Amino acid sequence: MLEITDLVHSYGSHRVLGGVSFSVAEGELVSVVGPSGCGKSTLLRSVAGLIRPSGGRITLGGEPVERTPDNLAIVFQDYSRSLFPWMSAANNVALPLRRKGMDRRRRREAAMTALEQVGLADAGGKFPWEMSGGMQQRVSIARALAYRPSLLLMDEPFGSVDAQTREDLEDLVLNVCAHHGITILLITHDIDESVYVGDRVIVLTRSPTRVAADLEIGLGRSRDQIATRQLDAFVRLRAEVGRLVRGGHTTTPASVLEKH
Amino acid sequence: MNYARVLRGVVGAAGFLAAAELVGMSGLVDDRFLPRMSTVLAGAAGLVTDQDFLADAGATLTVWLLGLLLTVAVAVPAGLLLGTLPRAEAAVRPLIEFLRPIPSVAVIPLAILLFSDNLNLKLAVIVYASSWPVLINTIYGLKDVDPLAKETLRSFGFAPLPVLARVALPSAAPFIATGIRVASGIAIILAISAELMAGGSEGIGIYITEAASGSRVDLMLAATLWAGLFGVVADSVMVALERRLFRWHHVRTGGAR
Ligand SMILES: Nc1ncnc2c1ncn2[C@@H]1O[C@H](COP(=O)(O)OP(=O)(O)O)[C@@H](O)[C@H]1O
Ligand SMILES: [Mg+2]
Repeated sequence: MLEITDLVHSYGSHRVLGGVSFSVAEGELVSVVGPSGCGKSTLLRSVAGLIRPSGGRITLGGEPVERTPDNLAIVFQDYSRSLFPWMSAANNVALPLRRKGMDRRRRREAAMTALEQVGLADAGGKFPWEMSGGMQQRVSIARALAYRPSLLLMDEPFGSVDAQTREDLEDLVLNVCAHHGITILLITHDIDESVYVGDRVIVLTRSPTRVAADLEIGLGRSRDQIATRQLDAFVRLRAEVGRLVRGGHTTTPASVLEKH
Repeated sequence: MNYARVLRGVVGAAGFLAAAELVGMSGLVDDRFLPRMSTVLAGAAGLVTDQDFLADAGATLTVWLLGLLLTVAVAVPAGLLLGTLPRAEAAVRPLIEFLRPIPSVAVIPLAILLFSDNLNLKLAVIVYASSWPVLINTIYGLKDVDPLAKETLRSFGFAPLPVLARVALPSAAPFIATGIRVASGIAIILAISAELMAGGSEGIGIYITEAASGSRVDLMLAATLWAGLFGVVADSVMVALERRLFRWHHVRTGGAR
């Protein structure tokens, strides 16, 4: 459903993206991993139509992305800046639904349902600044879910929460993807996380960035923070991604898959 | 509100009043020029039931309120426009930087020449002088809006105008409110200054002018006292309102709840 071809972007004379190509199929959860500053956020902003890339082609559902596509939602890393502090959690979640032409009552109901899905059934009346970081990021996720996007973009969504919360949120996203059939593109610089949540992992090089490898993960959809991370296949994939991120060369993805 | 701080303020004010009274009693100053503090306070109390003074005070407050409303109606949209169009802002900034430091009272004689209608004259000088803090704070508030907050709504497909209305405006609101509070203080000064300089039929400034021509320094000071008190009360009310409405802002910037 998402097709990125030879995406190039420069800020002034600084070439960040040097020809990135990959695609994401309907219902897939693809994680994109790469070193800090390699242009992951730039890639995401291009897909969202928030910036106009210098070159290349992005299509979403066959349509070229020129402005912000409909039915797209983003969860940013910085929840405290992305949520609106003058609104309650429920109103934060309900606000984007105005775009869907829903009346006040239906917006409110949809917001409550989404908050329930992320485990915040009772927190609708709270303000973001009255919540912990993990709760705030759950609100951001609820806001994206309520919008029922066909593509959900997540830019290092768990980069600013503690380890335990991070694991909870990873499982929440896996759940959501399984139950709602949303297509998710999740950006991270965490190698472990990219393998744990992804159906596929796209590894990026340093800038000018290209795709270093496109690995099928094949661990199935039901994952467990402890059991999955102990699997031989997981350990091997993590080592492989780690080598690639550090600029090593790929053993062919096929050979990685053969071993488990 | 901090109880100890209020108490210290009251002690300071009482101390000043007592000292002024002692100076008056000592006979160092001729009380035709500087009446006893007790006389002034008694006069101020008497003004509460003085129909003439009440009409004058009402007239000044009406002008003040009208001027402030007009200021908001002019300066907030202008600030929104300049805050969202950086090129337009760059073009008018030198003009603003030149006009803003001119003491506002200095434009009153010009306004006297320009306006034949006394009310229009007062409103014009109030709007001119009070607009600066509102304009500057609106522009500053808009510049301070988090780009990520705007991007969030943009990513949900909101067009620039809805993003302005739903993110930029609420986010800048605390700054705008502070600008309006500063403007309210300026407006009361300009209202009374215009009455003193341009004359007219009613207003606290007119009352003071008339008390002066009758050599009633005690009444001049009593009326001035009420004008000052009004300024303090208006400011406190607005501070309280800001804290209530923009609690999210004060919590974030680390101010008291
Ligand atoms: N608006 C911008 N203007 C200029 N340079 C930018 C801008 N945004 C990002 N960059 C630069 O582009 C590079 C990639 O940034 P980014 O996409 O945020 O990387 P990542 O998300 O992978 O850490 C960095 O070197 C960053 O400094
Ligand atoms: Mg980034």
